[in-house]
Formats: sequence, structure tokens, C-alpha cells
Amino acid sequence: MGDEVMVTQEEKMASTIEPHGAKGLPFAHTDLLDTAELTGAEISFLLDQSEAFFEINKRQVKKVPTLRGVTIMDCFFEPSTRTRSSFELAGKRLSADVINFSAAGSSLKKGESLRDTARTLAAMGTDLIVVRHPAAGAAASLAEELAVPVINAGDGCHAHPTQALLDLFTLRRAFGRLEGLKVAIIGDIAHSRVARSNLLAMRTLGMETRICAPPTLLPAAVERYGCSVFHHLPSAIAGVDAIMMLRIQRERASSGAFPSLREYARNYCLTRAHLALAAPHCVILHPGPINRGVEIASDVADSPRSLILDQVTAGVAVRMAILYVLWQQGSGQ
Amino acid sequence: MEIARPLAGEPFERTISRMAHEIIEAHEDCTHEACTKVVLVGIRRRGSHLAHRLARRIAAIAGTPVAVGTLDITLYRDDLRRRADSPELVRTEIPIDMNGAVVILVDDVLYTGRSVRAALEGLIALGRPARIELAVLVDRGHRELPIRADYVGKNLPTTPAETIRVRFTEDGETEDAVCVLALPAEGEA
Repeated sequence: MGDEVMVTQEEKMASTIEPHGAKGLPFAHTDLLDTAELTGAEISFLLDQSEAFFEINKRQVKKVPTLRGVTIMDCFFEPSTRTRSSFELAGKRLSADVINFSAAGSSLKKGESLRDTARTLAAMGTDLIVVRHPAAGAAASLAEELAVPVINAGDGCHAHPTQALLDLFTLRRAFGRLEGLKVAIIGDIAHSRVARSNLLAMRTLGMETRICAPPTLLPAAVERYGCSVFHHLPSAIAGVDAIMMLRIQRERASSGAFPSLREYARNYCLTRAHLALAAPHCVILHPGPINRGVEIASDVADSPRSLILDQVTAGVAVRMAILYVLWQQGSGQ
Repeated sequence: MEIARPLAGEPFERTISRMAHEIIEAHEDCTHEACTKVVLVGIRRRGSHLAHRLARRIAAIAGTPVAVGTLDITLYRDDLRRRADSPELVRTEIPIDMNGAVVILVDDVLYTGRSVRAALEGLIALGRPARIELAVLVDRGHRELPIRADYVGKNLPTTPAETIRVRFTEDGETEDAVCVLALPAEGEA
């Protein structure tokens, strides 16, 4: 008899709580896996919401009580400093409880062990899951396995949507618009989830994109990104509004993609002399961590045109917005 | 369904003027340089419309401009998950330093007091105001928290089965009006 009363109360609660996604938010997803799945309106919506959090991050009290009692699990199966601390800070500023779950990449393979991990996480009763994994598609498999919202914080060479969104947020703040901007992305495009997520979002938003790299570091099926391809740095950056430099992983030199870091730097390191070729208002982005003197000269990284630190600041606001919106969209258990 | 329109057009304007006079009277030094420490903060959206209207009236009557800002309280609500309306955020913009400021919080309708509670938490996160007052166009009663308004345009006794909707021409309405609506049988529209 007591049980029956409980059920009735629960049903009553369920009828008064609005189902999520029915709240009229212009965002149709319960997970954030890649920018490829987002419409231009959805990207703009996330960037607008990020503006509200950007203001909060400038307040005396940089914390709102919104996600009190919500648990966020940050699962990093690959080393990360900035993305991980950015997500942790974003969760904490929303008053969520943030748990960091990490494992050495080498000891975990996709397949069964990831599924087991997913079940473990679900059993702990988390409300939102942030995942970084060396295997492309890992976040998508987790999202399929779990009812709670999953945010991809980087999966192999596939996607890094939160980085792309914070890059776009930084550019929109700098120029007041995104449509029509000319952006050159320079470096190891082939292995870059940052480049890929950016190129797909920029195409959606009607931006003009160029990529520039040695032929060995260009991705397959490059046509699908709708960008022009360059091998010569000065031509790639002629007249652009923004230059996005990518980190060169030192181990790529030994893989034979290019003869040596010094050789790479001679052709692709962005120097002060190059900047004269871009538009006079051109800004510089880099997802970090930077290799000074390899892909970017020290004085360029530290110049007033560099928005590298603005990107880091923007990252916390953008991730707060993503956590907030996905929590709204979430099942609410 | 609209069942009454207790305030509209010219009387609506007069009510705002009277509130403006009351605010000026309570802040006599508002006409002097201390005025820079007074700010009208509207709870978005309709509170923000009212705050801008009041600011224009105060400026016209006192001859000195008064600062006006907008506060989004969505993130501070205690009922965020169960509300039917969109939780889309708007950037909070307040033009002066909150520390030591005299804040007149402005909303269209005072009902349970929960919006005001959320707004107080939001304001205090921005700094430490010297004093916070509350101005509302309509007080409809049924408080659930120990909150009262310092300036009230109109006291309007209602039942919980009714709701008050303040329409502003800023939102594309044909005239400014305070409307009493009957709620659909269960849950708020």
C-alpha cells in the first residue's frame, strides 16, 4: 500500500517536470560528439550562451549554483592538461561535483573494455560525461551505450568540438562576426582533430578556409572540408583574417612525415615577417600547447595579435555553456 | 484566456510616472552627484523593459540620467528544471560597479518572491551593494518567501488559478497593459 502511494507521487512529479528538449532551446542534441552534426543556428546558439558565461567569469564571484547536486565525470584516457582543467573549472563554476577518471591510454582498447567502463560510469550515477580517448569514435560509442549526455573532449584524429567552438567564440569576439572570415589553418592537418572540427564548423558557418601543410601531413579526402589547399606558407596566409597554427608533435619527425623539426620550422614556422602578408587586423590562434620555434616563433606567440591566451579564457565559458545546455537537454535520470 | 485588463494605456504610463516620483523622493540626493551610485537593475525581460521606462521617467523628471542594467537570473533559479519556459540565457549587463552601489531591483510582477530571491543571489555575486531595494509594477500576493517591495505600481489580489501578464510595446504588443489570465486547468501554459 505504501508502495502504491510512492508510485502515484512519482507519476505526479513526472507530469509537472517538463521533458527536456521540449523547452524550446534551439539545440537538437543530447550529446556533443562533433561539430559536423551541428547546424549554423546551433553553433550560434552555443556561442551566444557562452557569452553569458563569459560575463560570469569576470564577476567577483565566478560561480553560479545551477548544477548543484549534478555529478560530472571527466574521463581522460589520454593525457591532457588544458582541456581537462578547463572542463574541471567549467563544472566547478556551475557548482557541479566533478570527478576526474583517468587511465593510461595504452592499457585500454576501444571494444569491450570501453563498454565495461561505460557501465561502471553509469552505475556510479553520473549526470554528464566528458570523454577524451585515443580512439576515433570512442565518444560516440559511449554515447550510444549511456543514457546520460556525453561530451567529446577529443577522440583520436577525429573530432574535438569544444576546442572548435572556443576557437569560433574567440574569433567572433575579435571580429564581431564569423561569416565571410578568411582563416588559414597551418600544420599537421592529417592528425588534427582540432583542424577537422574547425573546418567542418567553418564550412557550415560560411567562412573561407585554407589549409597549409607538407603533402605528408594533409588528410585524405580533403575535398570534403571545402577548403583550399596550400603547401607554401606565405601564399596560404596572404590576406587572411586569422591564422590558426597547429602543434607539431615531435614524434612525427621520426615517422618520416618530414625530415626534421628544423626542416619543418624553416618552411612552416610562423614568423613576424609572415604577418605582413596577412590582413593588417589578422589574429593568431593556436590550440596549445605551443612549440616555440617549431610551428610558431616566440615573438609571434607573444605579440598583441596572438589570441592564444584569450582562447584559454574562452574555453572555460564555452565549456560551461555546453555543460549547461546538455544538462538541460539531458534525461534528468 | 484573458479575463481582465486592470491597467492599460494612459493609466499604465501614469503608474510608471508615480513610481518614478517615489523613487526620486526616496533618493533625494539622486539629483546630485551621488546619483552615479544608484542603478536600476531589471530582471530580464519584462523587468528590464520596466527598468528602462523608469530610468527614462526619472531622467525626465529629475533632469539627471540614472544608470540602468539587465540581470539574467536563470542560472540562480531554484526551479530551473521544472519550468516550462526556455532556459536560454541572456548576457547580464550592469554599467556600474556593484560594490557600494544602491541597487533598485525592478521586475514586472511580484508573486512567490522566488525570482527576487534568485536575483538577490545574482546581484551579490557581482559585488557588495550598499543597499538593494525592490520596485514592481504589480504585486499579486501569494508570497512564499519573506520578501516585500519598496515601490509598487499596483496591488492586484489574484488567485493561484490566475496569472498576470504584463505586455510591453517593446515586445511588439499593440499597447502597454497588465492582463489577468485564467490558467488552463493543470500546469502553466
